[in-house]
Amino acid sequence: MNSVTIDGVPPHGGHGAGSSTGGGVTQAREKDIREDIAWAQINRDVLKSLDRPRASYWILFAFAFCLFLVGVACEIYQYNVGLGVSGMNNPDVWGLYIATFIFWIGMSHSGTLLSAILHIIHADWRKPIYRFAEAMTTFSLMTAGLFVAVHLGRLWQIYYALPYPNERWTWPNFQSPLLWDAMAIFTYLSSSILFLYVGAIPDFAICRDNASGWRKGFYDKLSLGWMGTDRQWRNFRVAYLVIACFLIPLAVSVHSIVASDFAMSQQPGWHITSFPPYFVAGALYSGCAAIITLFIMLRHTFRFEEYMTLPILDKTARLTFAIAMVWTYLNLIEYSSVWYGADAVAKETLIQRATGPYAVYWWAMNFLGSVVPFALIFKRLRANLTVMMIVSLLLNLGMWLERWMIVTPTFAHGYEPWTWNHSFFPSWVQWGIVLGSFGWFGMLFMLFCKLVPSVSMYEVKEMVFHRKLAKLHTREA
Amino acid sequence: MNVKRILGLFDDFDQASAALHELRNANLPHLDWNDVTIKSPIEHPDVESVLGVRPIPIRKYTLVGALLGGSLGFLGIATAQGNFFSQLKGGKPIIPLPPDFVLTYEMLILGGVYITVLGFLIAAGLPTRMKSELYNTAVSEDQIGVMVKSNAHCIAEVRKIFEKHRVLSIQEEVVK
Repeated sequence: MNSVTIDGVPPHGGHGAGSSTGGGVTQAREKDIREDIAWAQINRDVLKSLDRPRASYWILFAFAFCLFLVGVACEIYQYNVGLGVSGMNNPDVWGLYIATFIFWIGMSHSGTLLSAILHIIHADWRKPIYRFAEAMTTFSLMTAGLFVAVHLGRLWQIYYALPYPNERWTWPNFQSPLLWDAMAIFTYLSSSILFLYVGAIPDFAICRDNASGWRKGFYDKLSLGWMGTDRQWRNFRVAYLVIACFLIPLAVSVHSIVASDFAMSQQPGWHITSFPPYFVAGALYSGCAAIITLFIMLRHTFRFEEYMTLPILDKTARLTFAIAMVWTYLNLIEYSSVWYGADAVAKETLIQRATGPYAVYWWAMNFLGSVVPFALIFKRLRANLTVMMIVSLLLNLGMWLERWMIVTPTFAHGYEPWTWNHSFFPSWVQWGIVLGSFGWFGMLFMLFCKLVPSVSMYEVKEMVFHRKLAKLHTREA
Repeated sequence: MNVKRILGLFDDFDQASAALHELRNANLPHLDWNDVTIKSPIEHPDVESVLGVRPIPIRKYTLVGALLGGSLGFLGIATAQGNFFSQLKGGKPIIPLPPDFVLTYEMLILGGVYITVLGFLIAAGLPTRMKSELYNTAVSEDQIGVMVKSNAHCIAEVRKIFEKHRVLSIQEEVVK
C-alpha cells in the first residue's frame, strides 16, 4: 500500500505497523490502542485467531467439553431416575437450578452494557472487546434457558408449559412473572442474537475476502454480500444505534422481571421493593467480572495483546469497581430496610442467613462481592493480569453465591415454621449439572471465537482512525 | 452507447474525497450523482456527505415495528385471555392491564428490533449477489473505493479525474 502522509503522519498506519518494539510499547501502555497499527495488520492479527490459536485454546476447550459431559451425564441420570435425585423437595423446590439460571441471566447483561450503553455514550475503548461480550450475552442466555428445562424435571411433558388452546384446560397465567420471564428472555435472546449478527456483518465480509475452502462459502453466506458501500454503512449505522437503544431498556426489564419472580411472592426475604434495581446491578456486576476473565483468556490464547490492552482492562476494572459499589449499596439498603422494617419474619430470615447453616456462604458472598472489589482501586493490581484473573473469578464466585443465597436460605426458613428445613444441601446431581452449564457455555464461547472474529476489526479500524485524526487536530492546534 | 462501471481504489479518505469533489464540480453530462458510490472499510460520514443527502428509512421501519409489536402483542394476549383462559379469576379482571403492560412492553421491543433488522436489510440492499457489481477485496482491508456508473465517454472523464488524484488501481466493466 502506498503510504500518503498528512503532516508526516500516515492516515491509516502505512508504516510501523505491527511493530511492538522500542518506543511503541511505552506508548501502548499508556494508550487504549496504538494509532499506528495498519488496517491490514488489524485484519491479519484478528483473522489469525480463526486459524491458529495457542495450545491453551484446545486445553480450555477440552476442559469445557469435559465439564459439559459431566452435566449431560447428570441430566441423563436425573431424566431416567426422576427429579428426586437432585435432592430438591419441599420446601426447597428451586435449588441450584434457579439460582444458576439467575446467575446466567445476570451474566448476559455485560454484552448490553459494553455494546449498547457504551456505544451510545461514545466510549470507544469498548470497541476491541465488545464483540466477545455480546457473544457472552447470547451464550449466557442460551445456558440460562437450559435451566428452565432442567428444573422442570419431566422433560417429556415440557409442552404442557406452551400456550396453545387445548382440551386440557390449562393455559399460562399471564399475571405470573414466570410467564413474563419467558417472554422477556425470548425477546432478549433473539434481539441479542440479531444485534450480534448485524454488528458482525462487516467483519464477516472481511473473513469472506480472506478465506478459502469451506470457510469462504460460510462467510459468504453470513456476510450477505456486504461490500462496504456508503448505502450499506449509512443504514448500518442507524440500525445498529436503534437496536442498541432497544436493548438497554430490554436488559433492564429482563432482570427486573427475574427479580419480580421473587419480589412479587410473599416469601420473607424476597418481598422487597429494591429487588429489581438490586438484580440489575448484580447482573452488570457479574457480567463485568466475567468480561475481565474472558478478556485475559482471549488476550493470551489469541495473542491479542495489541487490541486487548492493559489500559482497556484498567477501564473495565474501574467500571467493575463502580458497579460493585452500587451493588454493595443496594445490598446494604436491602439489609437495613429489612432490619428497621416492621416485618419480624423477614428480619428473622435475614438473621438466619447470617447465623444459620448457610452463614458461611452468606458471609463469603458479602466478602467476595463487597470487600474483594476494593483490590481494584489499586492501579498496580489492575495492571497485573494474574491478580485480575483471580479477582474476577472471585467476584463471579461471589455473585453466584449471591444468587444461591437468595434462593435456598429463604426456602429453608420460610414463613411457616413447619416448612423449615435447615439441613438442605444440593445433591451431587445438581452440582454436576451446574458445572455442566459452565462447560456448555465455555464450549459455545470457544467455538464462537474460532468461527467469528472475537475482536471487531472494522470498529478497531475506526478507533485507530479517529484517534489518529484527533492527534492530528491536536498537533495542528 | 454502452453503460459502464468504473471502480477506483484510493489509499485514504482524503484522496477519495478530493476525487469526489472534483467529480462533482466537473458537472459531467450523463453522470447521475445517484450512480456514484463509495466503498470503504469503515463508515465515514464526512466523506459520504459529499454524495449529498441520501435517504435512511430505517427509523420508519422501527416505528412501524414497535407499534405493530406492541399493539399485536396486547391484542394477542388479551384475545387469548378472553377466549382460552380457563383459570377462575375470583372477581379479578379477565384482561388485567398491569401485567399485560409488561408483556406489551416486551412485544413492542421485539417488534421494534425485528422490523428494524428487516428495514436495515431492505434499505441496505442486503442480501445481494457479489457478482452483480464491481468489488475489490482491498476495500475490506484498507482502501477506499469510488464507483461510478455512466456511459463510456463519461467513464473516460472519470478515469482521468481518478488518475489525477493518485488512484491506486482502476477496474472497469460493461454493465450488461
